[in-house]
Amino acid sequence: MTQNRAAWIFAWALLTPAILYVLVIVAWPLIETFRLSFTDASLRKTTNYVGWTNYLKIFDKDFLEIIIRTFTWTFFSVLLKMVIGTFGAVLLNCAVPGRNLFRLLTMPPWIVPMAIGIFMWGWMYNGQFGMISGLLQWFGLSDGPVAFLAYGRSAYWATIVTDVWIGVPMVTIYFLAAIQSIPRDLYEAAWTDGASRWTRFRRITVPLMAPAIITMSMLSLIATFNSFDIIWILTQGGPSGSTTTMIIDTYSTAIGSKRYGEGAARAVVICIFLSLFCIAYFRMTRKLAGGQKA
Amino acid sequence: MARKFLRSHETRAMIDRYSVVELIGIYLGIAAFLFFMLAPFVEGFLVSLKPLAQLFSTPYSFWPENGSFEAYRTMWVSVPRFGRYIFNSLFISVVSTIIVLLLVVPAAYAFARFKFKGMAMVLGGFLAVSMFSGAVLLIPLFRLMRTLGLLNTYYAMIVPGAAFLIPSAIWLLRTYMMRIPNELNEAAYMDGASQFYTFRRVILPIARPGIIVVAIMTFIGAYAQQFIFALTFNSKTEFMPLPVGLFAYFGKQEVIWNELMAASFVGIAPAMVIIFFLQRYLVGGLTAGAVKQ
Repeated sequence: MTQNRAAWIFAWALLTPAILYVLVIVAWPLIETFRLSFTDASLRKTTNYVGWTNYLKIFDKDFLEIIIRTFTWTFFSVLLKMVIGTFGAVLLNCAVPGRNLFRLLTMPPWIVPMAIGIFMWGWMYNGQFGMISGLLQWFGLSDGPVAFLAYGRSAYWATIVTDVWIGVPMVTIYFLAAIQSIPRDLYEAAWTDGASRWTRFRRITVPLMAPAIITMSMLSLIATFNSFDIIWILTQGGPSGSTTTMIIDTYSTAIGSKRYGEGAARAVVICIFLSLFCIAYFRMTRKLAGGQKA
Repeated sequence: MARKFLRSHETRAMIDRYSVVELIGIYLGIAAFLFFMLAPFVEGFLVSLKPLAQLFSTPYSFWPENGSFEAYRTMWVSVPRFGRYIFNSLFISVVSTIIVLLLVVPAAYAFARFKFKGMAMVLGGFLAVSMFSGAVLLIPLFRLMRTLGLLNTYYAMIVPGAAFLIPSAIWLLRTYMMRIPNELNEAAYMDGASQFYTFRRVILPIARPGIIVVAIMTFIGAYAQQFIFALTFNSKTEFMPLPVGLFAYFGKQEVIWNELMAASFVGIAPAMVIIFFLQRYLVGGLTAGAVKQ
């Protein structure tokens, strides 16, 4: 009994510092965001409670557009990350000479300071002299220079491509690990029975990778929804709002225009969506874990 | 089929044998994949070698003519605080990593070894933290930093940044520590060792490789993700980490691209050196945390 009690005290003593840190830096600000969303907080010294005013103010046509844009932007980005990540993982799993080097070479976009990778994309998208525009003209796909970040539609896709580029390495390595954890016996048995490589891929790799793909898409969805650096550095939400996602919108309202109260209300809407994703994620992982046991 | 009469090691060798067409397909696929991953680096590097006049000329030319490392010299003049930015970046990452380790090592051990009521919920809480980015919590954090008088100091970048590195570090180290056999704890208990003594003298030495992996991952995370807090909570040039320091330079009217790229490559160098020397740990560490069993 006394040993158990000592262990209990010890375990919680070990946890306390980390818990306190996260409470102060994450949990308290989260609650504070909710509180501020009902105030007119700004740079002024005094703040007053204003009820639902901020929420009534933000829900207009523009905000709905921003929400929809955030979802489509996130959707395309996650989809591309999953497709390219699966493609990369399957290829890097092939037993061909040089594969260790190839695996290593997928890492840089993930490991390099994000902002610096984004600067390089800034050059790639440069209209007059950048590589993509240059190649397009070179291959005769475009008559003149294309300034990707200057037009709404191309800026939207340009920011997605950069986001995908930064996300793919992690997804690939994760999927690679998932493929490697599939028992080799399965492949050998199928091979012995004369199954072709394609059949083995479709009947063994894909179904057994499915849990990893689902888990990763949820995690990626959450991370992508929060994406800030890429858009802020490349376009700051422009041109004329075509790359303004909810995070960018919140940032410019709160930090740019110093309207903290209104910004907090916009942040609360993001938090609601994130919590929904979070609940869905925990539900799904529990289901997957349960399914594996059965 | 003849395949049925092979011995197992022969199966192992044969199953990985590709036809020429398959090999070509695989290499083409890998080439396309790596092209996407590496093109910005190759292009960025070539840009850093080109004289400005060639950069701003049409038609586009891929290869630098009269390329030189001139930009690597002139950027030190154009970005006078460049050395300071790199120092700041490293300093912020090192301190963040130390804070994270001090908090995470005990916590991960508690999660790995003890199962008391409420702990599963706390672990879930930590994981939920990683769902909220700093961007969402920026407003109260900004006000908190202002109240504490931490705006425009290193702390303003270190303290919030470290909090968001904690969840994945706990997860990774917990997975590692769960593999340490419980018999060690029992043996230590039999010998009359206290809980703390066991943790300090038995567990920590054994867990060292895992702690090193977590430290590396945390350092890389801290180095790679310095942007939003540094952009928002600090306006003093002398404290800026490299990404924000260069961003000011990037945002100018006339971007001197070859110098910006040269500066980026020098800034990347520390990360690249780390990848090169620690690649084994990196892949191992990533996969250990990723696939939980």
